[in-house]
Order: sequence, then structure tokens, then C-alpha cells
Amino acid sequence: MASKNHSIVKKKTARFTLKQQKYIFVYTCLLIPLLFFISIRFLPTLYTFNIGFREWDILSEDKPFVGMDNYVTLFKDEVFRKSLVNTFIYVVFGVIGQLLCGLGVALLLQRINKFVGVFRAIYFIPYVTSIVAVSWVFKWILMNNGIVNDILMKLGFEAQLFLKSPDQAIYIIILTMIWQGLGFQMIIFLAGLENIPKMFYEAAEIDGANSWNKFIHITLPLLNPTIVFSAVIGSISFLQTFTQVQNMTQGGPLNSTISVVLYIYQLAFQHFDMGLASAATVLLFIIILIITIIQMKVLTKKFEY
Amino acid sequence: MVSTSFKPPSEVYGLKLLADHPTLDNYRKIMVDTLFSKWFLNSFIVAIITTLSVALFDTIVGYVIAKFSFVGKSIIFLFILSSLMIPTEMLIIPWYIMSTDLGWVDTYWGIMFPGVISAFGIFLMKQFMESIPDDLLDAARIDGLNEFKIFFQIAIPQVYPALSALCIFTFLGNWNAYLWPLIVIETEEMRTLPVGLAFFSGENQTYWEIVMAGATIAVVPLIIVFLIFQRHIIKGITLTGLK
Repeated sequence: MASKNHSIVKKKTARFTLKQQKYIFVYTCLLIPLLFFISIRFLPTLYTFNIGFREWDILSEDKPFVGMDNYVTLFKDEVFRKSLVNTFIYVVFGVIGQLLCGLGVALLLQRINKFVGVFRAIYFIPYVTSIVAVSWVFKWILMNNGIVNDILMKLGFEAQLFLKSPDQAIYIIILTMIWQGLGFQMIIFLAGLENIPKMFYEAAEIDGANSWNKFIHITLPLLNPTIVFSAVIGSISFLQTFTQVQNMTQGGPLNSTISVVLYIYQLAFQHFDMGLASAATVLLFIIILIITIIQMKVLTKKFEY
Repeated sequence: MVSTSFKPPSEVYGLKLLADHPTLDNYRKIMVDTLFSKWFLNSFIVAIITTLSVALFDTIVGYVIAKFSFVGKSIIFLFILSSLMIPTEMLIIPWYIMSTDLGWVDTYWGIMFPGVISAFGIFLMKQFMESIPDDLLDAARIDGLNEFKIFFQIAIPQVYPALSALCIFTFLGNWNAYLWPLIVIETEEMRTLPVGLAFFSGENQTYWEIVMAGATIAVVPLIIVFLIFQRHIIKGITLTGLK
């Protein structure tokens, strides 16, 4: 009798602690991550806004509050304006090029049944490859006496300046970025294409639609979520263009390839003007936010059925 | 790139695909005469530790948010998600000031700390943890397993595909990370592979054959990871991209 009683008591306390245990478990698990997000992401964000309003010389103790001065300076700064224009070019040409190439390759790959693995590997290896390594390889093959010019001259064309030309360099960097991201785009589009039910195409075939009509009236509208996704991810990544430019041209020639992020980097870590650089990051953040919101709104509405 | 890395200096500027006198000299030079092997090790340490940390924290937070109800849950989840809106560029200056003040510059921890937990990974893991049936977890509780054992022995095996995708992408991302390491690393010894390669190429523009050997070394582990995990990577992109 006594032992039975004992076991009931034990069970009760066990059940009670089970609930307590759950709470202890939950908050122990959340403690470190929450501290992390507060101290590594949330507080630094506020700090950036703060620095953007100050004249921040890394050497002097005094960091006077200067209000909007940094923002005014930025808009008067020709290099910053140039970096904004360039970033716009990176985003527009980059995203359009990426969408067209990604969709094109995915459509082609969809029809191929042989060697799928080989094709995937060909398109995919650039995506997993180090951006720095790819940048240097492109720089090397595009040198004045590099492989591409060698081929051009053998075919009877004039040698090109490529990365040394203020007109060509930015587009070459965009091409490099599109080439490297193609594998990712391709997978996204292949997945999107697979989600379109086959019966739509069968129905269209019965109605006598040709492949162009099928593409315009079925594939494109139904692929809309994928296109929006790819455009949003693409614009965010092209807005943050840095590694390729820094390794291929360092922003030159004549600032023709400088991107906002590269300029921020130069301001902060070469001129040590943290205030100006922080103000520029705040502007970049606002641009990213606006573009993302617009794209979500406009692109999701356009083709809605 | 690979073919050039086997060419002697005299043959670098040719169109030939294969060298007339292939040589391993470039590899010997880069491994012996430079700190390349140290950079390789640095990258490896940073990428592995970050991946393990992300795997642990992201699965546990994702699990807790998906499977428990507690005070402040939705606020905490929204808070974590909202941090995804903040671009890294915006945080780099405060991080740098912080690292300088705390003496983290030029340390492994300094290179790693921004990435040890990923908000995106938490979101991903939460989505997958939600598909685990509650009955399964309750059954384990009745069997007397404590919460940590339930998490490790019951919950984690259910989400292996998502977890492996998360690990692969975290590893790739950290192996190739450039902007932050470039800022927080000062000495040559602490450079990671991308930073080392960038400086090395910048300082030695004429020795292209050695630069190409370096680029090849930087790519090889990724190609191995790719070939082993090809299926997971492609599945992972589809999972992470369109969920």
C-alpha cells in the first residue's frame, strides 16, 4: 500500500516537472540565439543610423553630431552618384540577363533527357566556385594579351580593351555575375516549370496552339511566382555587387564600374570616414527595401489570373 | 585555369590547352613559398565551425518555435525574421568597431561571429519541423525521454534532408565569404582562402601560373562537396528557394 502511494506521488511530481521541463527547455534553447540577434544584428543596426549622423573619425575621441550633413555630402559627391548609377545598371542588366538566361537554359534542359547530370554539373560548378577565383580567371583570360584577344585576332577582329575600357568593363562584370549565378537560376526555373500541370499543355495542344502561344499563354503566367522570386533575389544580390568589382577592376577605369558597396568599403576602410560610409549604407538599405516592396507589389499583380 | 596551373612560366601566354612540359612546380611554389596552406586551414576551420554552430542553433530554435507554445513566441519569431531585412553591408561598420574594441580583429571568432546563427536557417528548419507529428514527440515524452533527448533522437532524424541542405549552403557560403573576412583580417597568417587569393593575385599580377594554381586549390574542395552532395544541393535549392 505504501509503495503504491509513493509511486502516485512520484508520478504527480513528474508530470508537474514535465511542463516545467518544457519551459526550461524552450527558454534555454532560445537564450543564446536571442542574445545573438539582439547584439549582432539589432543593436548594430541602430548604431549604424547613429554613426550616419555623426562625423566619425576613427582616431579622435570626439564624434560630433552633424545631423544630415553626411547625407548632403553624399549627394554632392560625384563618385557616390556615379556608384548609384552603376548599381542601377548592375541591377537592371543583371536581373534581366539572369532571368532570360536562367529561363532559356531551363527550357532547353527540360527537353533533354540524356546526360542531365553532366549538364547540371556544367552549369552548377561555377555557382559553387569561389567568386574571387572566378574574378581572377576572367581577368586573366581578358587581358590585353590574353586568350580572348588571341582568339579575336586570329579570327581577324581587333583586340579589345575589355576590363580596361570604361565602356566595356561594367558589362563584362555583369556577364561574369550572370554566368556564375546561372546554375542557381536554372534550378529555380526547372522547379517552377515542373510545378506547371501537364494538362494545360495538353488542352492547348488540342486547341491547336503552337509552342510560342503555349509559352506566352501558359508557361509565362504560371511561372510568375518563380519569376518574382528570382527577380527579387537577383536584384538584392546585384545591389550588393562587390567582390567581382573589387577583384576585377577595383571600381575603375575612371570609376566606370564602382558599385555602392565598393564605395562604402573604400569610404570606411580606406578613408576611414565611418560617418559618411554609414550614411551610405543607410541609403543602400532604404533602396533595397523600396525595390523589394515595389517588385513584390507590381510583379505579383501583373499576370494574376 | 586548371591547365594553366600546370604550365611552366614560359608557356603561360599560349592558346594551347595542354602544356608541352606540364609541371607541378606552381603547386610546390604556392604551398611552400606562400602561406597558402595556412589560408586553406583557416578557411576550413572557419567554415566547419560555423556550419556546426548554424546546424545546432538553427535546428533547435526552429524546433522550439514549430513545436512549443510559450509566451512571446510570435514576437520572437517575427524579430528573428525581421533581421533578414537588414543587409550585411549595413552592419559591417558597427561590427568592425565592436571587433576592434573587444580585440576580435584577426581571430577566428572575429571572422566567424556574424554567421554563427542564421535567421534564414531558423525559418527553413521551422518549416520542416512543423511537419513532424506531435504524437511522435508525445509518445517519446511518455516513454520518459527528456526534452533534449527528444530533440536529438526523435526530431533531428526527421529533418535530415533539410538539415543537410542547410549545412552544405552554410559551408559553401563561409568557404567563399569575402567582404567581412577582408575587413576583420589584418595579418597574412589569418587570411582565409578568398582573402589570401585576392591579395596574392593583386600583389603578384605577373605570376599568373601561380595565381591559377591557387585558384584551382580554392575550388577543389567545393567541387568535391558538389560531386558528393549533388542531389542534396539541387534539392536544397528547390527546398530553400520555393518553400
